[in-house]
Amino acid sequence: MTDLATAPETHQHVPLRHPRLPAFAPLLAAGIAAAAAALIGMTLSWNLTGIVALAIVIHLVGLTLWSRTVENARAATDRLVTSLVWVALLIAMIPLVSLIWKVVQEGSPALNAKFLTWSMRNVIGEPGGIYHAIVGTLIITLAATVISVPIGLLSAIYLVEYGDQSKLARWIRFLVDVMTGIPSIVAGLFAYALFSILFGPGTQMGFGGGVALSLLMIPIVVRSAEEMLKLVPADLREASYALGVPKWRTIIKVVLPTAMGGIITGVTLAVARVIGETAPLLIICGGTDSVNFNPFHGQMASLPVFIYSSYTQPGSNPEILKTMAWGAALVLIIIVMALNLVARLAGKFFAPKRGR
Amino acid sequence: MAKSIDISDLSIYYGDFLAVEGVTLTIPARSVTALIGPSGCGKSTFLRTLNRMHEVIPGARVEGKVIIDGQSLYDDAVDPVEVRRMVGMVFQRPNPFPTMSIYENVLAGLRLNNKKLSKSDADSVVEKALRGANLWNEVKDRLGKPGMGLSGGQQQRLCIARAIAVEPQVLLMDEPCSALDPISTSAIEDLIHELKAEYTIVIVTHNMQQAARVSEDTGFFNLAGAGKPGRLIEFNPTKKIFSVPDQEATEAYISGRFG
Repeated sequence: MTDLATAPETHQHVPLRHPRLPAFAPLLAAGIAAAAAALIGMTLSWNLTGIVALAIVIHLVGLTLWSRTVENARAATDRLVTSLVWVALLIAMIPLVSLIWKVVQEGSPALNAKFLTWSMRNVIGEPGGIYHAIVGTLIITLAATVISVPIGLLSAIYLVEYGDQSKLARWIRFLVDVMTGIPSIVAGLFAYALFSILFGPGTQMGFGGGVALSLLMIPIVVRSAEEMLKLVPADLREASYALGVPKWRTIIKVVLPTAMGGIITGVTLAVARVIGETAPLLIICGGTDSVNFNPFHGQMASLPVFIYSSYTQPGSNPEILKTMAWGAALVLIIIVMALNLVARLAGKFFAPKRGR
Repeated sequence: MAKSIDISDLSIYYGDFLAVEGVTLTIPARSVTALIGPSGCGKSTFLRTLNRMHEVIPGARVEGKVIIDGQSLYDDAVDPVEVRRMVGMVFQRPNPFPTMSIYENVLAGLRLNNKKLSKSDADSVVEKALRGANLWNEVKDRLGKPGMGLSGGQQQRLCIARAIAVEPQVLLMDEPCSALDPISTSAIEDLIHELKAEYTIVIVTHNMQQAARVSEDTGFFNLAGAGKPGRLIEFNPTKKIFSVPDQEATEAYISGRFG
C-alpha cells in the first residue's frame, strides 16, 4: 500500500514572484532604439537602410541588457530570441508587401472596362485591352487542369491504396520527384517537339501550352493528393471493409470524400503555381494580339507572355505598353488570389464535418 | 439467422512469423463468447480471421479451417467481401464516417453497396438499427447531424447500429469498450445482452469482469513464451473458467498471478 503520511518538511520556501518588465517594454525599447538610430544616422547622414539596421541592433542589445538587469538571464534570452523572430518575420514580409504595393501602384491606373474587354488587335499607339490574354490564360490553364487532375489523382490513389511499398510505387514516387524539378522551359520544349512530330514542324497552339503546363502540374497534384489520402485514417477503410464494401467502392465513397477538401486545395495550389509560367507558353503557344477561343488551332496569347512581350517589344509607344504590362500583372495576381480564396472555401465546404 | 462457427486447427501467419497456432474451438450460435488473454497473444488477430479482415494487413495468411453454416471461409471460391457482409465487426475505437450524418452512417453498409432503398424502407432500417443499438431515443431528433458530433459512447453504439443494419449473422467486437467510460460501457454491455437473442457474438476484452458479466463461454489465449506464437489455452463455459478452470495458467491469469 502507498504510504500517504506527509513527509517531514525539508524544502525551503521557493519564491514564485520575480520582478518583470512592464508589458509595453518591447514597444518602448523599439521606440527608443528607433529615435536613437535616427539621431545618430542623421548626424552621420546615413541612408534609411543603415538607420533601420542600427535601430534593430540597438533594440536587440538594449532590450536584452535591460531585461538582464531587471529580470534574469532566462528572461533576457527569451526576449532576445522573441525579438529576433519578429525581426525575421518583418524582413520576410518586406519583399511580399513591396511587390504587391508596387504592382497595385503601377497597375491600377491601367484597369478599366476597355482594358478588360478589348484585345490588342489593330491597336497602335493607344491603350488597348488584355481580353485576349485573359481568355488565353484561362483556356490554357483549364486544359492543363483537365489533363493533370485525373492523371495525378489516379496516380496518387495507386500509390496510397494499391502500390504502397511495392517496387513500382517506389519508382513512380522517385520519378514524380524528378518531375517536380523539371525546368519549365524544358516542359515547353518537350511540348513543342511533341506537337511538331504530331502535327508538323512549328505547330503552335493553346492545347500544347496545356500539355506543357500539365507536365509541371502533375507532380504537384500527385504529391499533394498522396499526402491527403495518407491522412485518411485506416480505421475508416477497415470500417468500410467490415461492412462488406469492396475496396474500389471504399475508395470512391469513403476515402475520396474524406480527403476531398485537401485534394481540392492541392489542385488549386498547383493551378496557382503554373498559371504564371511564361517560358513554356512563349515557345509552344506563341503570342498574338487577337482573341483565340480555339485551343487546337493557332497561336494563343496569355497574361505572362503578354507582360513579357510588352516589356521587351514595346513598339512605338513604350509608356502605354509598360502601364498595360503592370495592369496585366495585377490582373494575374488577382486571378491567383481569387483561386486561393475559392480553394479555401471549397476546402472548408468539403471538410469532414465535426461538432453538432 | 445466427450461426455457429467451427474453427479447426487454425494457424495465422504474418509473412513467416507464426502469430497464432493451432486453434480449435466451436463458437455456439446465439450466445456471447468472450476471448481474454494478455496483450499481444493473438486474440484480435484471431478475431479478425473470422471475417477475413486480417487480409487487409499485407503478408497475413492462415492455415486451417473456419466453417460458418457449413461453408469454409477460406475456400478459393469464397469472396472476402461476401464473408464480411455475413460477419459484421465493431472496432476498438469508434469510427463513424466523418463525411456522413448519423442517418447516412447507419445506412452506409447498404448505400455503399449501391442497394436501392425507398425513403420509407431506409427510414425503417435506420430506426430499427438505432433502436437495436439503444441509440434511437438519443439521436432521433438530429439524424441529419454529423456522426462525429456524438459522444464516444454514442459513436460506438452508432458503429454497432451501422454493423447490424446490414443484418449480419455474426457480430465480432474487438475491445468495444476500451475507449469508453463506465456508463457508456454499461450501456454497451446491456446492448450485448439484448443482441445475443439474434446474433452470434464474439467479443475480445481486457476486462475480465466484463467477460464474466456478458459471456456464456470464454476462451483464454496466452503466449507459449516470448517470441513464440499465441495459443488457445482453455475454452470453457464462463462460469467454469471463473470458478474452477481446467488449466493452472488460466487461474493464474484470472486471479492476477500472471505467469
